[in-house]
Amino acid sequence: MRHLLSTGDLSREQAVTILDTAAAMAATQAREIKKLPTLRGRTVVNLFFEDSTRTRISFETAAKRLSADVINFSAKGSSVSKGESLKDTAQTLQAMGADAVVIRHHASGAPHRLAASRWTDGAVVNAGDGTHQHPTQALLDAYTLRRHLIGLHGGADPTGRDLDGLRVAIVGDVLHSRVARSNVQLLHTLGAQVTLVAPPTLLPVGVESWTADVSYHLDEVLAQGPDAVMMLRVQRERMGGGGFFPSPWEYTRGYGLDARRLAQLPEHTIVMHPGPMNRGLEISADAADSPRSVVVEQVANGVAVRMAVLYLVLSGQDQTAGDLVAGQIGAHA
Amino acid sequence: MTTTLITGARLLGEDVADVLVEDGRIAAIGATATAARHDVVVPADGLVMLPGLVDLHTHLREPGREDAETIWSGTRAAALGGFTCVHAMANTNPVQDTAGVVEQVWRLGRDAGWVDVHPVGAVTVGLAGTQLAELGAMAASAARVRIFSDDGKCVHDPVVMRRALEYAKAFDGVIAQHSQEPGLTASSQMHEGIVSAELGLTGWPAVAEEAIIARDVLLAGHVGSRLHVLHLSTAGSVDIVRWAKARGIDVTAEATPHHLFLTDELVRGYDPVFKVNPPLRTAADVEAVRAGLADGTIDTVGTDHAPHPREDKDCEWAAAAFGMTGLETALSVVQAAMVDTGRMTWADVARVMSFTPAAIGRVADQGRPIEVGEPANLTLVDPAARRVVTAQDQATASLNTPFGGMELPGRVVATFLHGRATVLEGRLVEHEGARR
Amino acid sequence: MSVPANTPSADGDPVEILGAGDMSRALTRIGHEILERNHGGEHLVLLGIPTRGVPLARRLAAGLAKVEPGLDAQAFVGDLDVTMYRDDLAHQPTRTVGATALPVAGIDGKVVVLVDDVLFSGRTIRAALDAISDLGRPRAVQLAVLVDRGHRELPIRADYVGKNLPTAAGERVRVLLAETDGRDGVLLEGARR
Repeated sequence: MRHLLSTGDLSREQAVTILDTAAAMAATQAREIKKLPTLRGRTVVNLFFEDSTRTRISFETAAKRLSADVINFSAKGSSVSKGESLKDTAQTLQAMGADAVVIRHHASGAPHRLAASRWTDGAVVNAGDGTHQHPTQALLDAYTLRRHLIGLHGGADPTGRDLDGLRVAIVGDVLHSRVARSNVQLLHTLGAQVTLVAPPTLLPVGVESWTADVSYHLDEVLAQGPDAVMMLRVQRERMGGGGFFPSPWEYTRGYGLDARRLAQLPEHTIVMHPGPMNRGLEISADAADSPRSVVVEQVANGVAVRMAVLYLVLSGQDQTAGDLVAGQIGAHA
Repeated sequence: MTTTLITGARLLGEDVADVLVEDGRIAAIGATATAARHDVVVPADGLVMLPGLVDLHTHLREPGREDAETIWSGTRAAALGGFTCVHAMANTNPVQDTAGVVEQVWRLGRDAGWVDVHPVGAVTVGLAGTQLAELGAMAASAARVRIFSDDGKCVHDPVVMRRALEYAKAFDGVIAQHSQEPGLTASSQMHEGIVSAELGLTGWPAVAEEAIIARDVLLAGHVGSRLHVLHLSTAGSVDIVRWAKARGIDVTAEATPHHLFLTDELVRGYDPVFKVNPPLRTAADVEAVRAGLADGTIDTVGTDHAPHPREDKDCEWAAAAFGMTGLETALSVVQAAMVDTGRMTWADVARVMSFTPAAIGRVADQGRPIEVGEPANLTLVDPAARRVVTAQDQATASLNTPFGGMELPGRVVATFLHGRATVLEGRLVEHEGARR
Repeated sequence: MSVPANTPSADGDPVEILGAGDMSRALTRIGHEILERNHGGEHLVLLGIPTRGVPLARRLAAGLAKVEPGLDAQAFVGDLDVTMYRDDLAHQPTRTVGATALPVAGIDGKVVVLVDDVLFSGRTIRAALDAISDLGRPRAVQLAVLVDRGHRELPIRADYVGKNLPTAAGERVRVLLAETDGRDGVLLEGARR
């Protein structure tokens, strides 16, 4: 895996490999000594053009647990809001010898530009771009779904398995959500059935081409007993003044997950949220703190998934050079 | 002045005839030309002779953005593309909204001497959309402005648009509208549809163009004025213009080469070279625009040549500028989209890229038939040639061609401006007296 | 056999170095050596290095349990994945990260016997030693391999060897096991004369 830009680029096999690797990483994190020497001497740059302390810390922890050197580059607020700066910044990082660049950017497609340009040789990992993609979030969601819901009844080891047959409802501001876009593609690739639930104003024109069902009615979708309900963050600034919905109260009545709706769900159904939550808007405190909420676990799984992604993009990176040592290929030490 | 005999070309792609050029005019055609005394022979066997191309939609960027293009570099690019006349859009800095600025652009064009440069006047002061610019003064100036446009911005206020349409009647002017409803396109980045939904780029819906075109044709019909629709890009727009023409409304419409050839699928790589306004649309829209051009609903092909400095494209999509260069590829793209597909003849190409644009712009000495006594503004194109477009090899000062790396048919071999060769053997002919 | 066992054929076809019977005898011998050297099996932990070290460790453990009636084979055998301790990750095709599973009693104070199929440069064992030190503090670490083919790049040697096999650097030694490959055997491949 050269880069991780979009979940749409992942095959089923690749996605399952990432989840399996994440499981192996998670196993090491139960040990007393959590740090592994795997990426010793490699440099990971966290290039954040947009504030996201949570995601940055998750990537930073992942890189450090693998012994990589981490450089945090926060471009927010500096002169980096102008166009050419992405190029300049990338070239600076290249000069510093970044082996991987974890990029968060307000512009959709910025990681693609970085990967497609000659500005840096490093592996590019998309940590969220505009309203486009947030692949590691979708991967940690898939990992969480698999851990809870696959092999549920036999208690079997989910290693090697996908999400075949799971039904997942994704509820809220799909239009502006990179989490929704990433999840629709990844969960479909892994065999799950996704239903998007939102008011029509918060669904993009063209959503009919997505590999997901669409509903405007949360209660109808919940009545079908989904295996997981993923609530998306709704930004308050999206309402009012020709906005996307008339008022926060109307939104909550139609699309908020509260105690009443929670009670309708089957016992095994889990509640997910990418965070940060707007308690009282898209999710009530009852729902957020209920035993079926896996929100906190999603955060922990995020580190394991990001360790897996960093491992997979950084191993085999210089393979062309390695091929010259032909005698070692396939040989045992 | 040199007397030139052009031998063996197919006039408008039809019959072969020799053409004698003398004193800036076509002096003879056929056997008389062949027999006449001449200084130079330009062999043109297998080439198609067209009237010099006329672009109603060129951004030359001077004054103000000489880092992207100058009148010198832009008109050299135009000559290489087979043009003998371009209309320089008004969104310069300062804006071409006074007689002084349009005369300056007109004069710089004359001094350069590569094509005739006709400035477009702004409709409103500073392109701000609120107060009419001095259209009459620009019309009466040495530049004799007849086309007025706030291109780059829409004359959105219906009252301002109505007044402009009415006022321009006094000097036979035409309002060329950039049809874009601003509220529906706030922070838009690409065509709104399946691709934008997936890419997470804010959509520019077709309806934002169509709603303005519908309003404007009704306004033009109401006040009995001429309207020219710039860079029409959607299937719905074609339908509306077709309907308006059927009603007898005096509307003409333009399509760009890129809207005849490229689709929004190209945006998937996020390369800003494909970022343009109006945006690249779907394959169905491209098909409808081609059909509209072929059946006469769309009257002209205008390049919307929009050079940008490298840093405005060498960045992430959202930060990039809208626009593509087009002067040096327009004829090839039209050949690929319309001629090689059998939808248009070379005579049709002459109509949409020369005769009709000149008529709309009221340019008397351009876009004339290839006949004895007419001004010798001529273009020779080799339709059998194929070439791979390389941005760095173009004469425009900017690199933002969307056709880079593509193989296109056709090559402009020679261009004659009032009898003088500006391009021969595909290369510019430097001339004495040219002033940068 | 008329052809010497470790001489590859002229056309580079694989040559079988050990057959199923040879392997079984070698493992039995190694098992006895381990018990003899450690005065019984009381403090032993056998850790197989994936892929083929894992079934080898299980076979050895089962063999030890037969000889020492007090031993429960499951209780002193485990898997040690060393992928994340390798020093060649950037230069090799991406390796699948495997699982590490230690016996319930852990490895502190035990004698850990690492089990692998082939000993070559020694780098895998170097990685395994690092992995072990992150997991606990054994009293001693020993090494058992089915084949030692030489060409060491680090100061590492095996305590128990099934067969010493002199090889050329360009040759490949392939160990086949019934558990992973459908049959037992050791092949020497890719040799050119």
